[in-house]
Amino acid sequence: MTGLPLLTLLIAIPLVAGIVCLFVRADAARWIALIATLANLALGAWMWGLYDPEGPQWQFVENVALGGEIAWALGIDGIALMLIMLSVFLMPICIGASWRAIDRRVPEYMSAFLLMEALMVGVFTAQDLFLFYIFFEGGLIPMYLIIGIWGGAERIKASYKFFLYTLLGSVLMLIAMLYMVAEAGTTAIPELMAHDFPADAQRWLWLAFFASFAVKLPMWPVHTWLPDAHVQAPTAGSVILAGVLLKMGGYGFIRFSLPMFPEGSAMFVPFVFVLSGIAVIYTSLVALVQRDMKKLIAYSSVAHMAFVTFGLFAFNRQGIEGAMIVMLSHGLVSGALFLCVGVIYDRMHTREIERYGGVSNNMPGYALLFMLFTMAAVGLPGTSGFVGEFLSLVGTYKASSWAAIVGTTGIILGAAYMLWLYWRIAFGAARTKEAAAMPDLSGREWWLLAPIGAVVLWMGVYPESFMRPIRADVGRLVERIERAAPEGDARLTAGSPEAAAAADDHATEGAH
Amino acid sequence: MSLWDLALAIAPELIIALGATELLLHAAWGKDRARTSRTVAILAVGLLALATLSLLGPAHHAGPLLEGQYRADMFAAFAKAIIFPSAAVAILAAHNWFDRGTEHGAEYPVLILFSAIGMAVMVSSTNLITLYVGLELQSLAAYVLASYRRSDERSAEAGLKYFVLGALASGILLYGISLLYGFTGTMSFTGIAAAFARDGVQSIGLLFGLVFLLAGIAFKVSAVPFHMWTPDVYEGAPTPVTAFFASAPKVAAVLLGTRVCLDAFGPAIDAWRQIIIFAALASIFLGAIAAYGQTNIKRLLAYSSINNIGFALIGLAAGGIAGASSVLFYMAVYVVMTLGAFLCVLWMRGQDGEPVENIHSLAGLSQTRPGLAAAIAIFMFSLAGIPPLFGFWPKLLVFNAAVEAGLVALAVAGIVGTVVGAYYYLKIVKIMYFDDPAEPFARLRQPLQGALILLAAVIVSPLGYLLIGPLGSFADRAAGSLF
Repeated sequence: MTGLPLLTLLIAIPLVAGIVCLFVRADAARWIALIATLANLALGAWMWGLYDPEGPQWQFVENVALGGEIAWALGIDGIALMLIMLSVFLMPICIGASWRAIDRRVPEYMSAFLLMEALMVGVFTAQDLFLFYIFFEGGLIPMYLIIGIWGGAERIKASYKFFLYTLLGSVLMLIAMLYMVAEAGTTAIPELMAHDFPADAQRWLWLAFFASFAVKLPMWPVHTWLPDAHVQAPTAGSVILAGVLLKMGGYGFIRFSLPMFPEGSAMFVPFVFVLSGIAVIYTSLVALVQRDMKKLIAYSSVAHMAFVTFGLFAFNRQGIEGAMIVMLSHGLVSGALFLCVGVIYDRMHTREIERYGGVSNNMPGYALLFMLFTMAAVGLPGTSGFVGEFLSLVGTYKASSWAAIVGTTGIILGAAYMLWLYWRIAFGAARTKEAAAMPDLSGREWWLLAPIGAVVLWMGVYPESFMRPIRADVGRLVERIERAAPEGDARLTAGSPEAAAAADDHATEGAH
Repeated sequence: MSLWDLALAIAPELIIALGATELLLHAAWGKDRARTSRTVAILAVGLLALATLSLLGPAHHAGPLLEGQYRADMFAAFAKAIIFPSAAVAILAAHNWFDRGTEHGAEYPVLILFSAIGMAVMVSSTNLITLYVGLELQSLAAYVLASYRRSDERSAEAGLKYFVLGALASGILLYGISLLYGFTGTMSFTGIAAAFARDGVQSIGLLFGLVFLLAGIAFKVSAVPFHMWTPDVYEGAPTPVTAFFASAPKVAAVLLGTRVCLDAFGPAIDAWRQIIIFAALASIFLGAIAAYGQTNIKRLLAYSSINNIGFALIGLAAGGIAGASSVLFYMAVYVVMTLGAFLCVLWMRGQDGEPVENIHSLAGLSQTRPGLAAAIAIFMFSLAGIPPLFGFWPKLLVFNAAVEAGLVALAVAGIVGTVVGAYYYLKIVKIMYFDDPAEPFARLRQPLQGALILLAAVIVSPLGYLLIGPLGSFADRAAGSLF
């Protein structure tokens, strides 16, 4: 541990850089943004090194009272640490992706992104209920501006929809928070996580929080803002939206819904499973028929997030750890896929799948990386996608075999739309002359995609690096919610085979 | 109590009353018009500053004065500490404004001062007659202010409209007062509270008195359904006057209502709570929905103020110390946001220097005038109550008070209203940031107003959260002095 207020620094660096950006010219703003985000990445990596997985639950704790019912209380556990790492890792890549693509009002753009980063880190570190809400909601303003100013043709409608939809979801959560503070007499999240609310109140509180997180995640049927926002946002905006903002919903379930309302959560498990099941099948089918690449990936995000909710509400260790890994993996993979779309969009200025084809001929490097991310999205073993989806479905199977069956069907559908997308873009002959003339990845684009590819493989081959920090915290969570866990239909028990029979089996096998 | 003690206890009112009378003479006989109006404005601001400082003396703890007709307590001091500075800002905002017309600019600060005394009397009154005198003093000055640009038809119309409707409201209020007097036999708040505590609200006359009195006050705070005058008057009145109307008199009227409800009608909370709840929700939703179609920025801000008053009334409906404290906190932050927004409107001038009020003239302002656009955006997001801006915190406090008082359904309805209202605030931001630039505004040199906007923007920015501690404890103590 160090005496430095690391978490405050993580928030302050992008905030200060964001304000400075407003007063300088375009080129200086780009460099300031890049340096600030890289500094935050370095700081985050250092923090990961300092983090002690066997240590106390909350580390790097800071607490300054502000008077009234709010305190500048920060602190992280392993779960928050991993999500912060995801945010600070994606941020420099976003800045790099906007380096040339954004040529209008660059200082304001960089400033909005840096502000976004400060608020995202704030969400994952806040230990005060109202401070959390302020960070959680505050993210709406920069994202609204990013979509509205630098977005595509339909940007105005998309920005309104994004803002009002998520705002409506969140305000109900605020009322629930007020009730909780009145009931428990504290705004400290760690204390609230240990407070037992009356079971009948938990039902309403859970629903209020669900309204917010389900919109953010998003879950079917409140996902409709997502395709609009994704398609209209600039590439880097989509990356942050898919990579980090959606994770706030999942984080909310882990941090609030499950530990604070275990009985409430248990009561709604069938409800969540049904919604997730519909999401997996329905949005996968919708993704299959999309003509717009970004829309396809946006719908695939909804489907992937359903694995998160399946895993979380399975009420067991595998499910929750799997959900966590799915979130991290999806953050990387969908971010990378949006960047891949951005790469060819910058060359052709269209997102119509029909206009491409055969890019593996003239862009071999691009085709290689695109394939890696496609495979990770499908969940091929060896990539990060496999680890998360496998664990989360193992957990789901323990809770409900029906949910697991529906979930695995989703994986097959996922493979279908992703592979078909890849086939239509990368293989065959180019459908247009422009597509055939596209140059391969530039050095800058390699720098954007290669690091993500490396981490995707790292997480797929040696997930222990990412599981170790969260293991103890998931353990605490499981311990907390165990008392309410609904009984699963699998009832797995280890058999005790008779010695002779086992030997027989062995013998017959040997005979073959 | 000696005369000297009394003078100290009512020092703020005395300072302004004597000073304003002197300034009136100065304004009437001053030789050089431009110089006179300048001097008068500076002196008027100085008087208000002095009056605010004098609140540090016995004016905030002297207690009941003049046989219980008047009360100098923390609650009144809190109200005056908001009212006097907002009146001063309204005077400063008018700097250079009236010079272009044919009016005599020197009378404007004097009228504001008279209105400020009226407001000070309103928030300190503990007797129905004092209440009425304060209210009328404030209103009479306000009628004149609304029609201050007498050569402008819209301004004259605004003044007339305000006067006719205001007179009607005064009549209703007086009728309520006479009923209350008739059925309780007393004019003092404590006496009325005792009568309510003794007999309840069984007498229909008493109930009518209560309803009529609240209706009169609802007109002054422009709560729905007594809000009809607001958009017209706000639109027609000169912009500095509109800024004034939206700030100090609102605070005075809301806090007057708070004192009446919690003090005089304290034991009859079940009778008035439903009225306040209705007015609160109706104001929130009507304010939000009616603002959709507005293209005039001043009309839009008028609906925004109706909407915001609705939230303050939620705190009042909650009652108790927590509720009263949330109302005080809300009004303090509301005044900063509103004055900031109107100061920005003052910068909206066409190339010929004439004021522009159409919201579409703001198009692309973020590219032509980034600083001004950023300030307006901050005020809009803050008025909408979107965190991390400070406008979120007072909303949280009133909802918190409502939840603690068991009015969860009211809190839910109110908070859904914030989402409805967010739409038109977003529309302003959209016009400034997403649309292509329209004809740019004239470049003005108004360093003073610029500094005030900056100050207001800093207060409503996230830095404002540092104020939660001091402002919150001040509001708590002020609320505590009511009970």
